[in-house]
Amino acid sequence: MSALIEGLFNGISIGSVLLIAALGLAIVFGLMGVINLAHGELMMLGAYTTFLVQSAFRPLGEPWFDLYIFLALPAAFLVAGLMGLILERGVIRFLYGRPLETLLATWGVSLILRQFVRSVNWILAIGIVVFCLLFFGGMAILSRRSNWEKIKNWAIAILLPVSLAIAVLVSSLIQEGGQLALTRPWFSARNVDVTSPSWLRGGVQVLGFQMPYARLFIIALTIICLIGVYWFLNRSTWGLRIRAVMQNRSMSACLGIPTAKVDALTFALGSGLAGIAGCAVSFLGSVGPNTGQSYIVDTFMVVVVGGVGNLAGTIVAGMGIGILNYLIGSGTLALIFMPLGEAFQPVVDFFLFFATSSMAKVMVFALIIAFLQIKPGGLFPQKGRTAEL
Amino acid sequence: MALGTTIGIHKRKQQQRRQIIEGAIVIAIALIFVVILPALIPAFRLRSLGRFLALAIVALGIDLIWGYTGLLSLGHGIFFALGGYAIAMHLNLQLPEGQLPEFFTLYGVDRLPWFWEPFNSFPFTILALVIIPGIVAGLLGYLVFRNRIKGVYFSILTQAALIVFYNFFNGQQELINGTNGLKTDTERIFGVLASSPQAQRTFYILTILSLVAVYYLCRWLTSGRFGRILIAIRDDETRVRFTGYNPTGFKVLVFAISGAIAGIAGALYTVQTGIITPSAMEVAFSIEMVIWVAVGGRGTLIGAILGTLIVRLAQTFLSERYPESWLFFQGALFLIVVTVLPNGIVGLFRDLIGEKGRSLLGFRRKSFTYPSLEEDPEVQEEEEELSPR
Amino acid sequence: MKQGKILEIENVTVSFDGFKALNQLSFSMDAGELRVIIGPNGAGKTTFMDVITGKVQPTEGKVIFDGRNLRRLPEHKIARLGIGRKFQTPRVYLNLTVRENLDLVCSRNKDVFPTLFGRPSAAEMRTVSGLLETIGLEAKANLPAALLSHGEKQRLEIGMLVAQSPDLLLVDEPAAGLTDEETDNLAALLLSLAKSHSIIAIEHDMEFVRQIANNKVTVLHQGSVLCEGSMDEVQNDPRVIEVYLGQPQEEIQQQELEKVSHESSH
Repeated sequence: MSALIEGLFNGISIGSVLLIAALGLAIVFGLMGVINLAHGELMMLGAYTTFLVQSAFRPLGEPWFDLYIFLALPAAFLVAGLMGLILERGVIRFLYGRPLETLLATWGVSLILRQFVRSVNWILAIGIVVFCLLFFGGMAILSRRSNWEKIKNWAIAILLPVSLAIAVLVSSLIQEGGQLALTRPWFSARNVDVTSPSWLRGGVQVLGFQMPYARLFIIALTIICLIGVYWFLNRSTWGLRIRAVMQNRSMSACLGIPTAKVDALTFALGSGLAGIAGCAVSFLGSVGPNTGQSYIVDTFMVVVVGGVGNLAGTIVAGMGIGILNYLIGSGTLALIFMPLGEAFQPVVDFFLFFATSSMAKVMVFALIIAFLQIKPGGLFPQKGRTAEL
Repeated sequence: MALGTTIGIHKRKQQQRRQIIEGAIVIAIALIFVVILPALIPAFRLRSLGRFLALAIVALGIDLIWGYTGLLSLGHGIFFALGGYAIAMHLNLQLPEGQLPEFFTLYGVDRLPWFWEPFNSFPFTILALVIIPGIVAGLLGYLVFRNRIKGVYFSILTQAALIVFYNFFNGQQELINGTNGLKTDTERIFGVLASSPQAQRTFYILTILSLVAVYYLCRWLTSGRFGRILIAIRDDETRVRFTGYNPTGFKVLVFAISGAIAGIAGALYTVQTGIITPSAMEVAFSIEMVIWVAVGGRGTLIGAILGTLIVRLAQTFLSERYPESWLFFQGALFLIVVTVLPNGIVGLFRDLIGEKGRSLLGFRRKSFTYPSLEEDPEVQEEEEELSPR
Repeated sequence: MKQGKILEIENVTVSFDGFKALNQLSFSMDAGELRVIIGPNGAGKTTFMDVITGKVQPTEGKVIFDGRNLRRLPEHKIARLGIGRKFQTPRVYLNLTVRENLDLVCSRNKDVFPTLFGRPSAAEMRTVSGLLETIGLEAKANLPAALLSHGEKQRLEIGMLVAQSPDLLLVDEPAAGLTDEETDNLAALLLSLAKSHSIIAIEHDMEFVRQIANNKVTVLHQGSVLCEGSMDEVQNDPRVIEVYLGQPQEEIQQQELEKVSHESSH
């Protein structure tokens, strides 16, 4: 019995990680029909932000260090949200109505972000700053001209390579200088470890097993995020606008809702949530450039099973997949059937075969496919004539 | 009516002439690759060229489902790897009677697993490397398409399937050597070492022949009514239903064919690489396949081949010189292709110099400026009379 | 042409999460009839078509076409039984040529393998050229449909519908977005089709309804049939006027309506 409760607790804690990671994805998918393959990398950015904040607090000593989390969470939210905003304004808004292309574009962003974290150093940072100053500065100056629309394409075609070339030149000149502090990568490809504050280490004993504080913290954080998102969507003005656009985009546009702003805001919100998720997972293990990749497919499955545009679906799906994953992967199910005697031996063998975390994924996927045979639209599908074109 | 039929006959003659010209070009290019290139470039470069050509075969399969049918699969690595594993298992079984492949002894397996047995036979292996990926693809496609799951949902389900297969192959050490994969370089095929120049030369020629065969298969599939149904499904699936076609069957078949094509490619790639490991089922590799098609130009078969060769050559070049920068480039490539070059290189070519090129090559210039005049049967008739045959 | 009732709908209810798009709707029409269906927005007109073509399954009740119950049949099977549907906006395959569009629909055997291995028969090719003539797009037969004008697309789609050789044609707001001249052409086309097919047309444009409604008109309201009868009967039915124009200024509007119908009869 206590094994089952322990299994459930662990399952819920895995589920809440999935849920917090999938929350942003689900909101963005519900509003714009866009699956963001860079969502995992936004999580990774959140995790690295946590690492940076933690490193900044380290010299301050004990009582202060324990509080870094309360700065790290908003910082992760802001960094990931800002990145999401840039992504939406820079790429995704050009691709609305072409979800498959968006998928590929966000994968490109995900590759760039991963490599960026690996190789970022002062030189690269300076290069990027120089490029942005030249390119966007140039654009800003040129856009004041009255014939801007006419020369726009030419301006981009000339400005882009010129500012790129200058940025590369500046970077390589600094590199020639050979300052070690400048050329050393900030993070490199190696994983970094986030030290949790002392009050998150250890755990509480319940019914003969350990509930780690870190896991409890993540569950609490997920609940807070859920309440926050629910409040935002259902009680705030912008939430109302988001829901309006979600239901009927063109009608909302006609009624004067700035749909472009709504899209940008939603995307930033979804990305910010990814940042918080990243902050949360940084307490569970070390953080590396590939951190996001390990969560991403599971979170997609949460969105698929949960259905579109419904928080409840996402919650149930996240919890369900998390619990199933843990129960199968840890062999808890096999343990349950074991005392039932010889007759259940094949069942036990069957569950033992899947009792590793990677084989559990195989089983869960099979279950998801089976589930989709019964409910192709997810747990709470949209009904009505508008549901399918 | 009579006018219509004469035009029809002219059209058919023109078509026949075009087919002959195209056949000649294909044979000429194939001859260049088979006869001239091996004399010009060093053996190890030729081996990687052979690998690229094998990858071009997968690209054709992807183009068939993405470019023509509008299904974006992010899981073609599964079928690719299945083909590769099939041929590798056969090669690993070329042992004296009673012996087991070496890795089995490491895990204490003393009997050949049952599913290895049939791979003793060469004809079975050749069949299996086409049919097994085809069946797996068909089954996955059937389970997904029959519930009308499409678009982004389909893409992320294929990606999840990919992860599942990856986990499965990684986890099964006793069955297929897990992460280490199966080596082919040290094995013999028909008594010849698979890595010997002689065998490699044969594989290279086989790859080119398969590429030509698959190219013509795809041409046949996409040219007739079947191809038009595929395009119709891509553009408006609901409408196709209301005209009495069942899109599910068409999608399942074309997805299965595409999977089988990937299986062939995987086998050819494996023997020219010397090893197959589960890493062929990494997420990144499968998405990369899509970008080859996108770079070349989706919806054109020649684009798929060109795109693969160009991207792969660029990758070889860049990752030899600047290993760190390749991922940046790849990421940028995804972004550029999706936003600026939606029709790929072939599309660009068509837009930029298409018209001039046509007249240079002696074809009639196409013009839609005055469609009513251009398509007036009498005007057409006149032009047919005037143009040299 | 077939005799007797071609379509019977008995007590069909469709509810989406409790909202009843169709409510206990019963309807029947004879073979060879051209029936026009009108109704205010949200009356359930399009859901009505969705139920007949199998896009939406009725929550209750049954649809009988030509003696066959259509329950649980998928769209493509219903289409093969002989119900063709034209959507509100023209939906032709933009990347295929006009001829290819017609050829696809024209094919007799629509299963996967016959489509893959079969070649268009001479009879099918004749049908296609005949149809091209009928819809007046011969000259543009080899142009991609994307280059056609809106009216031409409408005609192509109706041609595709006919190529399917259905017994019952469902036409959803065909006159939307057409010029007066195109509307007249379309009315003539529909009337000539009505000689050999049963047709249900949904329409908003009263002028157009008057042009084509020579048999019965059915008025839908809140998911069920409000009344049925000839155009004049329907127009003077107080319930219809109430639904369309609202109650309070009933009399004023009735006068207006009469004036309008008076003018149009000149």
